[in-house]
Amino acid sequence: MKRVSLVLTLALAAGLSAQGASAQTLKTVKDRGMLSCGVSQGLPGFSSPDDKGNWTGLDVDVCRAIAAAIFNDGTKVKFVPLSAKDRFTALQSGEIDVLSRNTTWTLSRDTSLGANFTGVTYYDGQGFLVKKSLKVNSALELNSASVCVQTGTTTEQNLADYFKGNNMKYEVIAFASADETVKAYESGRCDVFTSDVSQLYAERLKLANPADHVVLPEVISKEPLGPMVRHGDDQWFDIVKWTLFAMVDAEELSVTQKNVDEMAKSDKPELKRAFGTDGNLGEQLGLTKDWFARIVKSVGNYGEAFDRNVGAGSKLGIARGLNNLWNKGGIQYAPPIR
Amino acid sequence: MAIEPRKPPSQFLLKLQRALGGRAGWGGFVLQLLFVAVLAWIAYEIVANARANLQAQRITAGFGFLQNTAGFDVSQNLIPYTGSDTYTRVFFVGLVNTLLVSVIGIFFATVIGFMVALGRLSPNWLLSRISGAYVELVRNLPILFQILFWYLAVLAALPSPRQSVSVFGMFFLNNRGLVIPRPIGNPGFEPFVVAVLVAIVAALVLWRYARRQLYQYGRMITIWPYLLGLLIGLPLVTSLIFGAPVTFEMPVLRGFNFAGGSRLIPEFVALTLALSTYTAAFIAEIVRAGILSVHKGQMEAGSSLGLHRGEVLRLIVIPQAMRVILPPLTNQYLNLTKNSSLAVAIGYPDLVSVFAGTTLSQTGQAIEIIGITMGVYLLISLVTSAIMSFYGWRISRSMG
Repeated sequence: MKRVSLVLTLALAAGLSAQGASAQTLKTVKDRGMLSCGVSQGLPGFSSPDDKGNWTGLDVDVCRAIAAAIFNDGTKVKFVPLSAKDRFTALQSGEIDVLSRNTTWTLSRDTSLGANFTGVTYYDGQGFLVKKSLKVNSALELNSASVCVQTGTTTEQNLADYFKGNNMKYEVIAFASADETVKAYESGRCDVFTSDVSQLYAERLKLANPADHVVLPEVISKEPLGPMVRHGDDQWFDIVKWTLFAMVDAEELSVTQKNVDEMAKSDKPELKRAFGTDGNLGEQLGLTKDWFARIVKSVGNYGEAFDRNVGAGSKLGIARGLNNLWNKGGIQYAPPIR
Repeated sequence: MAIEPRKPPSQFLLKLQRALGGRAGWGGFVLQLLFVAVLAWIAYEIVANARANLQAQRITAGFGFLQNTAGFDVSQNLIPYTGSDTYTRVFFVGLVNTLLVSVIGIFFATVIGFMVALGRLSPNWLLSRISGAYVELVRNLPILFQILFWYLAVLAALPSPRQSVSVFGMFFLNNRGLVIPRPIGNPGFEPFVVAVLVAIVAALVLWRYARRQLYQYGRMITIWPYLLGLLIGLPLVTSLIFGAPVTFEMPVLRGFNFAGGSRLIPEFVALTLALSTYTAAFIAEIVRAGILSVHKGQMEAGSSLGLHRGEVLRLIVIPQAMRVILPPLTNQYLNLTKNSSLAVAIGYPDLVSVFAGTTLSQTGQAIEIIGITMGVYLLISLVTSAIMSFYGWRISRSMG
């Protein structure tokens, strides 16, 4: 872990000029013929490899959608697994073109890291996982507990704020990777495992007996997760931002992976604009006219990606909740394609 | 016609030329200057390039972040620390934790290493085979694997806090660590400390006196009863006069964990155990090589003087072996200190974990933080080397 940081830092110190502030990311990606995408080291539902090395997950689908928009091929992605603490350095040094790794959007990260958030792929919040046998029903009963947490996350600070705010004592043990954190929790080193709620559900699946563990009702923070790109390349920023918007808009327009070819022939003005049969919005982005169709064909609309990876159609079975469309009771909302 | 004797060239200039340019003379000096200039230019380019690009991408740079509030907690802090302290404080908390595990690890590694080395050289067949097996097993397994093994093995073997192993109702062992009563200073504490110090100084003076008597006049003086009386009697009398120096705060099970008392966290125990047993295997081989490097005539001479095997080793062989042992031993001490950065794998809050880990990812200032961290490890290593060199210098001086 230390070595990775060191290498990345040296790359950062010496090689920044390669990417620098020049607005060349799209050209670099096209020349390379591959999108380099930073993901987690294995978080079911968001980004995890199977036994054949194929990556799946919501964050992975965002990468595939970008690759599809550029190359018309969602497989042209090189996935770079990163720990929480190495992820920003990898982005800054140009090792990856986009960071799609369940990263919480905060002011300080948006301003001081030389990177921008492009949108929200998943509205999350921090919660607590405990053993049922402890008979704890609320996070407020956790006074004097030992808490396992992954280092290099907003989670550590939220945890300190929450326990301080409620005048409770606790002991924190911070591990470098999610797997080690869960292992320590399982071995009884801590009473509580805290992380984003989506991650708690995902990690619970890895435990020996998931039914023995329960996620407490309290959600103690706002964790809007989204992709990041480097400062200084507005065109690339737009491409990543609008790829996600396209997925959300596709759901709102009822365009799915199955019906995309029929919908492309539709006479509806908003569909004609999206599919590029009217105007050249895709080319304005620096892509092709059929960028929207390419994205939906590759990964489906936002709702499909959500269901397949974390929602009802997946092992996680997380309800849409906040992540439903704005007109269906959630807060996922994309500006119009026009 | 008188012949003027040729003036010899100035000794000073000659020396200067040699010192600066070596055998190549002034030409060599110019080349060296050029080389240094190129190095300086490369260093300058790296710094300037990084700075310009950081600015262009509007990545925050500089050391201002050290004054910001950290906002996270640390499981082991020997100096007072809360989440509302600054990143500077976090740095020192991590540094102290690193130093603690290094110093204790070095101590145990040295003790175990010497014991295993002597065991391996022992004429006792069983002992020497066991020691040999230990060395071969431990030094051939990766250190990270051993750290994880000790951590998970220690954790798995221990019960939860509510089923703690209790010793006399004072010491509690569970998977949150070893909880012990915490001493709290009373009014009688200061006189007690003074008494102990006085006793130690007096004992040292007495011991030196006895030694001089032995070396200069060949008189053996029995001093141990006096030493015992001083070291135990004086503090005892003081605490009778001023009251008990400390009272103990007993740990009590409250909620999930024990409240009160002090606690040794399992991360620390596992890390110290792994580092010291691993390094001990290397030290054992170094010590064995050192002892074997002393001519066996020395051993035989010692025996023929009527000394026991232990005395021969302690008084004759090991002092001579130290000259051979010391340089590679220093290497092992440095390795142990550097290996302690693997702590991050088991959640021990060392410098790399809290500073080059959490602080780095919260502030994103990779160049500054990695720079500081590398500087600190370099400093620790240089100081360790300096101490060991000083020790080596003293040994070689004392042996003439």
